[in-house]
Amino acid sequence: MKQRDFENRYRDSWDQLEAWLRADSNKAETAVLDLPAAYRSLCQQLAMAKERQYTNRLIDHLNQLVMSAHHRVYRQETLRRKGWLHYLLAGFPQAVRANSRAVILASALFLLPGLILGIGTYNNDALVYAVMSPEQVMGFESMYDPGNRVLGRERDSDTDLFMFGFYIKNNIGIAFRTFAGGVLFGLGSIFFLVFNGIYIGAAFGHITRVGFVSTFYPFVIGHGAFELTAIVLAGAAGLILGRSLVDPGQHRRTVALRLASVEAMKIMYGTFLMLVIAAFLEAFWSSSSSTPIALKLGVGTALWLLVFAYFILAGRKEGAASAS
Amino acid sequence: MLDTTYNVETPEGIDLRARAAGPVPRILAYAVDVFYRSLILAAIGLALLFAGVAGIGIWLVCAFLLEWFYPVFFEVLRRGQTPGKKAFGLMVVNDNLTPVSWGASFVRNLLRFADFMPFAYATGVISMALGRHFQRLGDLAAGTLVVYREEEKAPVALPDSTPLPPPQNLQQADQQALVSLLERHDDLSEARQRELANLLEPMTRKRDNEALAYLRSVGSWLLGGRG
Repeated sequence: MKQRDFENRYRDSWDQLEAWLRADSNKAETAVLDLPAAYRSLCQQLAMAKERQYTNRLIDHLNQLVMSAHHRVYRQETLRRKGWLHYLLAGFPQAVRANSRAVILASALFLLPGLILGIGTYNNDALVYAVMSPEQVMGFESMYDPGNRVLGRERDSDTDLFMFGFYIKNNIGIAFRTFAGGVLFGLGSIFFLVFNGIYIGAAFGHITRVGFVSTFYPFVIGHGAFELTAIVLAGAAGLILGRSLVDPGQHRRTVALRLASVEAMKIMYGTFLMLVIAAFLEAFWSSSSSTPIALKLGVGTALWLLVFAYFILAGRKEGAASAS
Repeated sequence: MLDTTYNVETPEGIDLRARAAGPVPRILAYAVDVFYRSLILAAIGLALLFAGVAGIGIWLVCAFLLEWFYPVFFEVLRRGQTPGKKAFGLMVVNDNLTPVSWGASFVRNLLRFADFMPFAYATGVISMALGRHFQRLGDLAAGTLVVYREEEKAPVALPDSTPLPPPQNLQQADQQALVSLLERHDDLSEARQRELANLLEPMTRKRDNEALAYLRSVGSWLLGGRG
């Protein structure tokens, strides 16, 4: 068959498919089209055109059409059979438990430097200045000085909203970087975990040493339940990425990295949510100076228990059911 | 072969072809996106100027969302194209040339930070240079690829010429050469086309316009035209 006859025979179906692909946005007027069938016959025509060595112009045109139809046919729809609620109730804690080695390692990388610096600064007046500049320490002290009538600065709801924005941008940014650094053979995650551990540990130790306990602990205990665990989890997700490059197992490194990123993202979605909750608590609950200290400590403790109970217990029943 | 073509065989047995985009157009596209993002942030900033301290808080949230999720939004909902990529005809696809999904887009944009290290996307550029398909680390982890979006070309109108039967002994390659000469009549200057036609003088025994017209007629016959 000559090319011109070939074109004439199929031009109508190509035009129809093209029009259908273009008119997707306003669905009302879209003509009915059996996309898979149209796509398959188009593929056959492209193969024929190549085999018969028709001109490049025709082959390019068909190739392009096949590409756009391919995009439509193979669009990846996430199977929302289980959905978000299931992820929150079971999927997230299950993913954390399934990667318990990474989580434990990340916790150690965060807590051990924190503990060492905490004890160090508690016992040694000068050590805190190895971590922070004197101005930072001053600002820090004045924020939690019980002599101040209000916590931190004089705050009204406007400032609360400001602080919320600040925590969102700053803290979630830190967590995302902690995760992203993991792809550099885990080094970035390790750095951020240790660095944050040192910084936070020094702050804890120093504030305890100067005796601002009654303001500092009620402030941090509430959102800390979400924020500190989220930082550790982001680090753990990063370590999963790093591990896949250091020890890819039976796969090639690129494949291992791909598989690991799917696993790590299961943790990251939940971590993101925890950080939003933490920012919310930190801005609107932890900072309120009218709430009695006992209540804050009580709620804070309850939140810590809740977070741990969630990760240890949630989704267990279903995991056992699907395993059996 | 040393080129940027990326081939994927689909389940239908068709080889899909795409061209992977290198660092330069991607950096330019990124610059355009940075520009748009700053513009949006400035506009939001102006609008929130009257909201006082709370306005700064909202602005910070917007800055956060733009920093991390601006590309995700466009890549998933606008067929793989942020405004910058659109300006340079690029698009993000999964490495089987299907449209990029939420999960993959999140991964490649969260890992942007690692590609940025230690400064100015040095890691990302090195990763692009080492890999075969210009993938930065985020692309490798997400299994994505930045390719050129082929623009729809208007079908070329062929010049009018009465089809003439070709000489008997025309090989396949010769036929293709004649047809492409016909197809490219817009891309090549008339003078160059005449020059090419003159090369065949020993065969056609014609020169200049006459030769060109004859070759076009033969080409049009080969495409299936009949007088």
